[in-house]
Amino acid sequence: MKLFRQHWLICGGTGCQAAGSIAVRDALKAEIQKQGLAEEIAVVETGCNGFCAMGPVAVVYPEGIFYVAIEVSDVPELVSEHMLKGRPVARLFYKEPATKSVIPDMMDIPFFAHQKLIALRNRGILDAENIDEYIARDGYQALAKALTEMTPEQIIAEVKTSGLRGRGGAGFPTGLKWEFCQKSPGEIKYVLCNADEGDPGAFMDRSILEADPHSVVEGMTIAAKAIGSHEGYVYCRAEYPLAVHRLQLAIDQAREYGLLGENILDSGFSFDLHIYQGAGAFVCGEETALMRSIEGKRGMPRPRPPFPAVAGLWNRPTVLNNVETWANIPQIIQKGGAWYASIGTEGSKGTKVFALTGHVNNIGLVEVPMGTTLRTIIYDIGGGIPKKHRKFKAVQLGGPSGGCVPEQYLDTPCDYEAIVKVGAIMGSGGMIVMDDSTCMVDMARFFMDFVQEESCGKCTPCREGTRRMLQILERIVEGEGREGDIETLEELAAMIQTSSLCGLGQTGPNPVLSTLRYFRDEYEAHIRDKKCPAKSCVALLDFVVDEAKCKSCGLCFKNCPVSAIEWEKKKPAKIDLSKCIKCKTCFENCKFDAIN
Amino acid sequence: MLCSGRAKIPQTGVKFREEDMAKLKISDLAKIKEQVTQATSLREGGAQVKVTVHMGTCGIASGARNVLNAVMEELTKSGRKDIIVTTSGCMGLCSAEPLVTVEKAGAEPIKYSHMDDAKMRQVFNRHVLADEVQTQWVLAKGSEQ
Repeated sequence: MKLFRQHWLICGGTGCQAAGSIAVRDALKAEIQKQGLAEEIAVVETGCNGFCAMGPVAVVYPEGIFYVAIEVSDVPELVSEHMLKGRPVARLFYKEPATKSVIPDMMDIPFFAHQKLIALRNRGILDAENIDEYIARDGYQALAKALTEMTPEQIIAEVKTSGLRGRGGAGFPTGLKWEFCQKSPGEIKYVLCNADEGDPGAFMDRSILEADPHSVVEGMTIAAKAIGSHEGYVYCRAEYPLAVHRLQLAIDQAREYGLLGENILDSGFSFDLHIYQGAGAFVCGEETALMRSIEGKRGMPRPRPPFPAVAGLWNRPTVLNNVETWANIPQIIQKGGAWYASIGTEGSKGTKVFALTGHVNNIGLVEVPMGTTLRTIIYDIGGGIPKKHRKFKAVQLGGPSGGCVPEQYLDTPCDYEAIVKVGAIMGSGGMIVMDDSTCMVDMARFFMDFVQEESCGKCTPCREGTRRMLQILERIVEGEGREGDIETLEELAAMIQTSSLCGLGQTGPNPVLSTLRYFRDEYEAHIRDKKCPAKSCVALLDFVVDEAKCKSCGLCFKNCPVSAIEWEKKKPAKIDLSKCIKCKTCFENCKFDAIN
Repeated sequence: MLCSGRAKIPQTGVKFREEDMAKLKISDLAKIKEQVTQATSLREGGAQVKVTVHMGTCGIASGARNVLNAVMEELTKSGRKDIIVTTSGCMGLCSAEPLVTVEKAGAEPIKYSHMDDAKMRQVFNRHVLADEVQTQWVLAKGSEQ
């Protein structure tokens, strides 16, 4: 077969023929002959490609360039420019009629181009309420393979090869966890899914359950076969009604098809799945508290060991993984652990889903290969900081258990160990971007308030320690910080970290410690100078216009909700403090940083 | 009583088959795949257009239910039998919701962002029925995979 360096596919559908595509084709062929390119370039006539309104149309491979409304008179230019010199003729590209801009290809949009979908592979493609569509996307093929072709040991080996680590945040190797449980003696074992997503701003698990619930059902059933379990629970918070609804539908439909229940796919293996709705206590995302909650008791953690793999739910050996972890399993079984391990970094394999939120243009859910830098996620995928006069300050990873990463470490790759090195954690995937209007002390106070509120009260360091830390932070942002507060915070933090019963307390001081690591000067400014450098803490603001900086634009005057600002054209604004309610609307609107 | 007030999503597209509830064997998976692929693929003789309204929590919160109702109404008015309307989950770009995908036979899928009731009706009448892509609201063409 002759090899051509370029293929020109000219549409020969009725629409394009009527518009003259045959004449264009003949002219192209003649011109190619004339220029001596007949051995290098093929002209092929194709069927209708659907864009009849813009005919005659042509697609050029390998470049994939799409030409519209080609006329015979365009042919010499096309041949000499594109075929000979390799310069596509831009004036014949498809243009959007209204603004004349070209519609981009989805994969040319940075938001989509930098992503790689494994856990989210079916997002936006299938109807989550219809099991048939999941099956049509090769759903339950991995389960069929696991049930009929693989031994439990082979399944576990495959997951170990993949290098998959727990996506809930701690990053424990999933295959190893399964192996411990498989080796634990016992007739009755359980498979659990942690869908008690609670980090502020995080919605990875909810989105997976809403968009592709069967991937979780399938992943859990595969694990059941691997460890020898016949019953499982998904622990999902009740404030995710749509996720619960779709997951329940998925379970019902799988049961009707015999993909759950007795004798699955005629293999002799049985497994069934239930949803347990949690009331939304953050601590119930901790594994031992979660299991107690399913048992019908108050959700409180207990000391480990024994680990759940030995004594979990109702003291039986139990495997608990997070939603995103489960959604990866069918792909690993179907395509092989080696395939999964080929993506990512040395110690962190595969992809990670992040809920991108905060001061960033493209708020949403992203899945990137491990090793992608934070800068790529925030600037290329996220589209950067929305307000032009604002600068990036830090990104918060891992919610109340995590920390912040400042500008100088933005080139840190997504990798469990690399992120810990800069003082944060991978976490379950919450990623909050903050610009320079965010006060880091106030941010730390917010997370401490959250941890304090969610502390279950069982152990003293967490119950009392977080309360004391919160009181100190509240004092600082109110302008009543004292010398020695920073040292007390550090002392308390170290104590809480080392002596708390569960992960909630052990990691709770992290936001304070990581902000102290990078933004200690902000704490000091609050305490010593009674100033908030980010101009965020109301108690530390004067609400006075800096006349040197004011450009007299009047934006503060126009936006003030209580008309407390006096302003005339070409004169600096003035704030009437007797009317001011300290809502900070003027700060948010001032583009010149002129209000103190 | 949680979620008792949730409105039911209108029946759309190819639905879970109520008949034929026998337990599946492995060979049935391939059969279902083939049936669904046939039923949902856009080809001559079958459906010509598929409209997907992305209905994750983010989509619903920004008004996807109104968009879905609008497209269902316009579909009924048009009397066309070769148009599938279906729902799907979040496609990741929550800040651009409600998102709608229009796929026509032989053409690349077109994603519309920031849709509302009125825009959806115009997209249905101009793009779905008359082939004029409403480029002013287009996010992108193509698909993620």
